[in-house]
Amino acid sequence: MRVQRGLSEMLKGGVIMDVVTPGQAKIAEDAGAIAVMALERVPADIRRDGGVARMSDPEMIEGIQAAVSIPVMAKARIGHFVEAQVLEALGVDFIDESEVLTPADEAHHIDKMKFTIPFVCGATNLGEALRRISEGAALIRSKGEAGTGNIVEAVRHLRSILGDIRKITQADSAELFAWAKLLDAPLPLVQEIAETGRLQVPLFCAGGIATPADAALAMQLGAESVFVGSGIFKSDDPAPRARAIVEATAHFRDAHIIAKVSRKLGAPMTGIAMDEINQRYAERGW
Amino acid sequence: MSARTRIGVLALQGAFAAHAAALQRLGVRADEVRVPGDLAECDALVMPGGESTTMSQLLETSELFDPLAKRIADGMPVFGTCAGMILLSTGIADGRPDQRSFAALDIDVQRNGFGRQLDSFETEIAVQGFDRAFHAVFIRAPRISRIGSGIETLATYGGEPVLVRSKTVMAASFHPELADDDRVHQLFLNMVQG
Repeated sequence: MRVQRGLSEMLKGGVIMDVVTPGQAKIAEDAGAIAVMALERVPADIRRDGGVARMSDPEMIEGIQAAVSIPVMAKARIGHFVEAQVLEALGVDFIDESEVLTPADEAHHIDKMKFTIPFVCGATNLGEALRRISEGAALIRSKGEAGTGNIVEAVRHLRSILGDIRKITQADSAELFAWAKLLDAPLPLVQEIAETGRLQVPLFCAGGIATPADAALAMQLGAESVFVGSGIFKSDDPAPRARAIVEATAHFRDAHIIAKVSRKLGAPMTGIAMDEINQRYAERGW
Repeated sequence: MSARTRIGVLALQGAFAAHAAALQRLGVRADEVRVPGDLAECDALVMPGGESTTMSQLLETSELFDPLAKRIADGMPVFGTCAGMILLSTGIADGRPDQRSFAALDIDVQRNGFGRQLDSFETEIAVQGFDRAFHAVFIRAPRISRIGSGIETLATYGGEPVLVRSKTVMAASFHPELADDDRVHQLFLNMVQG
């Protein structure tokens, strides 16, 4: 557990970028990504194409592992523990049990305690985050709404998770039982949050980051790193945008630096408003 | 140690929060360092684990590399763990070709020399001067492949050095900030105190 959560600590203050080819992985590493997420299609394309989205082809993951020296993450479908076993066999550094892929189980997430490789899971609220932690997740990311280029859902989820943590630190011991019931989360984890004032594992942000200012917004709200999916390789000019998002994440409180790096980046991905989408990935997971 | 001693923690990326927490438990002030102005106010610096490729790039873009190199050359005490050790080393194997390091310690390192995450591990090690073992967490850890003659080895694992120091620079390939045991940080504070 210490080794798994430890890798999450090492990833703080950085940007994890979705990549679909070894070439993109190199661009991400050159831009200063702390890790890459190897997948077959970025969420914006999954959204456009429809159909069932699954774990990536092992050969493609190996190609990306060979191309970069930074950690390589890959996605398994929710509840698809065999995809996770395969990813562990491939030696990926982190597994994302992800709502961006089509869920394989409508009641159960993967029992992550059975694995050596750490897992990251998405959450829209604190209860969901604590259920994933109780299953063994070493890292939580707010889900946001992947493939939209719209930060609004990520903000909602971060505010929900961190707002409830702040409230719990003010609760008395009797109220913690009600909080555990309300959140549908294990009482000992709720009690631990009341004591420490923080989640048991690092909290990162995902889903909708398209600009350096989006990344800094997530960080100022309390995320400790950001995942950028479609936002980089669906923009006009991925390399400088990737570099700028890395700098804005490191210097998230410094508006002068964010202003400086936000220049001359070309157009960001177009993005979609929430009432224009018919499938909300954030609703997947239980 | 003076109550006014300020230890900086390089906070461009990585496990800086865990280091700051360890230093604060030992009763010293720990400040995050991201820009040259932050560095100027520090008496010593901790360089955390994380991704050394990301950090070396951010050191350049944040215009921290040269002022930090000068402070280290002027004798400011520095403690690097994992990626921090890579940045302090003289030679880096399996890094990026454009990756610069401070050459503050006469050692060569191999990036991820202990393997990928599947090979990460925790173990008890003996540290010179400690009366009981230290719980060491190794995460995608670098391996010291060459050690200069003036460098003191304070701990080994499998016969290889994993905690080394010169007069003002200490480096660990493992993560004392994840151990719930602040003795290695105290060792660094002793160096700062001189």
